Amino acid sequence: MKKSDAFSPGPTPTFEESAKESLSDSQLRRNLGKATQTIRRKRAEAVGEMPDWEGLREAGRALKERVMRHLDEYLLQLEESVTRAGGKVHWARDAEEANRIIAGIVKDHGAEEVVKVKSIATDETKLNEHLEREGIRAFETDLAELIIQLAGETSSHILVPAIHKNRAEIRELFMERLGAQNLSDSPSDLTETARLYLREKFLAARVGISGANFAVAETGTVCVVESEGNGRMCTTLPPVLVTLMGIEKVIPAWRDFEVFMQLLPRSSTAERMNPYTSFWTGVSEGDGPREFHLVLMDNGRTDVLADEIGRQTLNCIRCSACLNVCPVYERTGGHAYNSVYPGPIGAILTPQLVGIGDPGPDSLPYASSLCGACYQVCPVKINIPEVLVHLRGKVTRHKQDRGGPRQKLDPENVAMQTVARVFSDPQLYEKAQRLARVGQWPFARGGSIGRLPGRLAGWTAVRDLKPVPQQSFREWWRQNRGSV
Amino acid sequence: MVEAEQGIRLVATAKETILWRIRHATRDVPEEERPEAVAVERAYRKEDRADRGEIVARFAERAAEYEAEVHRVGPAELPRAIEEALRRRGVRRLVIPPYLPREWIPEGVETLHDAARSRLTNQELDESDAVLTGCALGIAQTGTIVLDAGRAQGRRALTLLPDYHLCIVRERQIVGLVPESFASLERAVKGEGRAVTFVSGPSATSDIELDRVEGVHGPRTLEVLIVG
Ligand code: SF4
Repeated sequence: MKKSDAFSPGPTPTFEESAKESLSDSQLRRNLGKATQTIRRKRAEAVGEMPDWEGLREAGRALKERVMRHLDEYLLQLEESVTRAGGKVHWARDAEEANRIIAGIVKDHGAEEVVKVKSIATDETKLNEHLEREGIRAFETDLAELIIQLAGETSSHILVPAIHKNRAEIRELFMERLGAQNLSDSPSDLTETARLYLREKFLAARVGISGANFAVAETGTVCVVESEGNGRMCTTLPPVLVTLMGIEKVIPAWRDFEVFMQLLPRSSTAERMNPYTSFWTGVSEGDGPREFHLVLMDNGRTDVLADEIGRQTLNCIRCSACLNVCPVYERTGGHAYNSVYPGPIGAILTPQLVGIGDPGPDSLPYASSLCGACYQVCPVKINIPEVLVHLRGKVTRHKQDRGGPRQKLDPENVAMQTVARVFSDPQLYEKAQRLARVGQWPFARGGSIGRLPGRLAGWTAVRDLKPVPQQSFREWWRQNRGSV
Repeated sequence: MVEAEQGIRLVATAKETILWRIRHATRDVPEEERPEAVAVERAYRKEDRADRGEIVARFAERAAEYEAEVHRVGPAELPRAIEEALRRRGVRRLVIPPYLPREWIPEGVETLHDAARSRLTNQELDESDAVLTGCALGIAQTGTIVLDAGRAQGRRALTLLPDYHLCIVRERQIVGLVPESFASLERAVKGEGRAVTFVSGPSATSDIELDRVEGVHGPRTLEVLIVG
């Protein structure tokens, strides 16, 4: 069974509870280490050959800022453009409404099966489970998504969701669930098996479901960026196409692709350009689906928008570059975040989308050493450390407001507040680390940290935390890679 | 407050509610601010100033880096180059999009013509061996082929289901940088709402232990003939 996450009803485990599990899984740590290092190196190369990278980043950031400040206008313009081009636009206040709309469209066409291309938005709404309850089977068509769907698991990386599975495990899974026989464990044989299995599904499907990387207000054009070709299949072959997108994905004009289609591939898969990108504008006579539905979903995004510091979180183009540079993510993997959005972006997006007050998401802003690497690679310049610190403050204030006089005197809580205050100020944090090195910080004994209070306790329970290094990670980063 | 909100929920549509939430969330934005007033500085390259020869060479080099097979041929050699490429791959049934130049259509293979009046079925496309098309553009910076469902390209399914895509790119169709491509596609999208597909090498996945495997769902082989 799928584990519940921050977007499911009920409480979710905290980051440190889950991190404990991941840290003891050495296979996962090996896979992740290899993956993140490879992608990190390649990304640096892909970005390195762009003399105007900083100009593109700034343009990307500014375009997103423009959209967020005038989101209502751009969404209305998008609706008008899509409608003019023959599509139909739906609005969904929350996940449940989005699921209901999509299931309704599928049922209207009497379809019992749909093909899907990877979409984090539909993971967020738990669309597949909803469809299943309505008697509709959703087939994930991304290789990695297929693997984790067959295994009944959840994604651990935005871009490489099955990064935690090795080839032998995948072979076993395909033999058991797809009835494949005499299968070797070479990636090309495994891929071929998936190709044949899914080709039949694509040809038979009457409804395709996709997410969207971008949607253009000016023209109504929707864009899906991908590698495998399953996105082209899903958006071209079935006679009916339904696209679910968060309201923050709108961009002003067609020409703005000149910015985002340079930023995204290089940041994401570290390629000059990803293998396939599809751009469609409503329905085209005689080409592709005859019916196109675009579902615009809020589901907490307007709450993020309302926070002037948190707002920049909505700039995110889901490239996953911040995951690959994050020293915390590299060790714990995606599952520890208990959210469809892992890594640094997840640590700021999840608690804002679901709201402060649930111990699981509330723990996420602490899943960071504030080293700043995520900010430096982010193609739309989201200042993730700034938002993390801001959210820590919100979490602490929420706790203080809720706690009665006794709770305020609880020594754990007092220590927690100190830590939170220190954490919520990068300068204080660095100072505290320097203090710890000379043994003056309350939690340091003889230059090493035996047990960390509160939220960090989970870390020390797994393995002894290294003594605070003579040079903090932030200091080291600034000296060594600070000018990436 | 709660009551008021519930009251609104009862009568407001999802669209009204979301728009209201957005306006409420962005109340720090001055009423009179126009979207264009939020400055967007575009300090990046818009045009490749290198000479044509260099741009074409770069396209050839970068398309090849994606494991696409790339050859440069003169106009007179093109028909023979097409025939040779198809023979090398053992192509028997070849899909032909509308308005493909007649001289490109090879002898000796079965051709399946797609036309507005008589469309090939997905089954027929799936059972074909290859498709031969032109393109809208090539992008040198990224080695990308751009299809816009225009002449000699046909609808999207034609270049998706056959396992081998042979694509003819004329030198004059090659632009230098990514921004040039979006500028020149603007008319097809704005005016006619045509679907656009960027193809950069054959389909690929690195989903299993990050080993790159070519050809997941689209054509497993992409071959490009650049005509000078
Ligand atoms: S926050 Fe920035 S770096 Fe991270 S996924 Fe989003 S766009 Fe990419």
